[in-house]
Amino acid sequence: MSLLTIHHYLTTYLVFGAMLFSLGIYGLLTRRTLIGMLIAAELMLAGVSINFMAFNRFLAPDPAVGQIFALFIMAIAAAEAAIGLSIVIAVYRHFKTVDTEDLINLKG
Amino acid sequence: MNSPASFMDAPALFSADGLLGIIFLIMIAVTLTGGFIAATAERLVRALAGIVICFTGVAGFYYFLNSPFMAMMQILIYVGAICITISFAIMLAAPERTRKTGPANLLSGPLGFIIAALVFGGMCALALRTQWEPFAKSATGTVREIGIELLTNHSMVFELISLVLLIAIIGAIVIARGGRTG
Repeated sequence: MSLLTIHHYLTTYLVFGAMLFSLGIYGLLTRRTLIGMLIAAELMLAGVSINFMAFNRFLAPDPAVGQIFALFIMAIAAAEAAIGLSIVIAVYRHFKTVDTEDLINLKG
Repeated sequence: MNSPASFMDAPALFSADGLLGIIFLIMIAVTLTGGFIAATAERLVRALAGIVICFTGVAGFYYFLNSPFMAMMQILIYVGAICITISFAIMLAAPERTRKTGPANLLSGPLGFIIAALVFGGMCALALRTQWEPFAKSATGTVREIGIELLTNHSMVFELISLVLLIAIIGAIVIARGGRTG
């Protein structure tokens, strides 16, 4: 396989999805603000969606199912972003910060 | 399209296939750059710009995966809705201020990088070593088929998703309203 034809192979998409997913994990672990962690979580969801769409294109017997699944992931991601961001705003009103190191009310 | 190509039948650089390959490589580079910015940028606004670039690139991937419909939904929902919502949250709740210099979290730094690298290596090993067996296609996956599937076989999930979205919207309003002054 040449570098110019890698878009015909399933593994290209799988490796790329894994790359986005681990970038998301890295961001989730290293970010110090809640909004940054939410952005990293969206990155992970994008990697997962790419995996679903790749399996759907190359392996699945019915290519509509994977697209429907990715659509559901988008809807859940939208709900998650709405709830997460409203929680962030509520936390900001209460603590005047969204830095994870400062939110220590439950710390033993 | 799906037949394995050998080294012999690599397309010429300026044929349609070659240009498609070049576009694909550029898209990979752009998407990864966007993802990298989103995961590591110091300022949240830059991370947001990075994730917009990344999502646009992912929409291009959906196009390559035979699904222009999903590419459109990706742009519409992620870039058009979620990123705008995040930008509102950044404006409302994240004043840019001087970086804290206290002791960092245990996981931020080399340990976080090692964990992410391990996950990436493990998933790559899985993807490369498994012998993937394609099934025979029984449909083509057009928008019409998606619509029919969505309202027949998956109608229950469709209804549940709309319920979840409704509850999420109401919950977001309730949570964000509490404690508002003035």
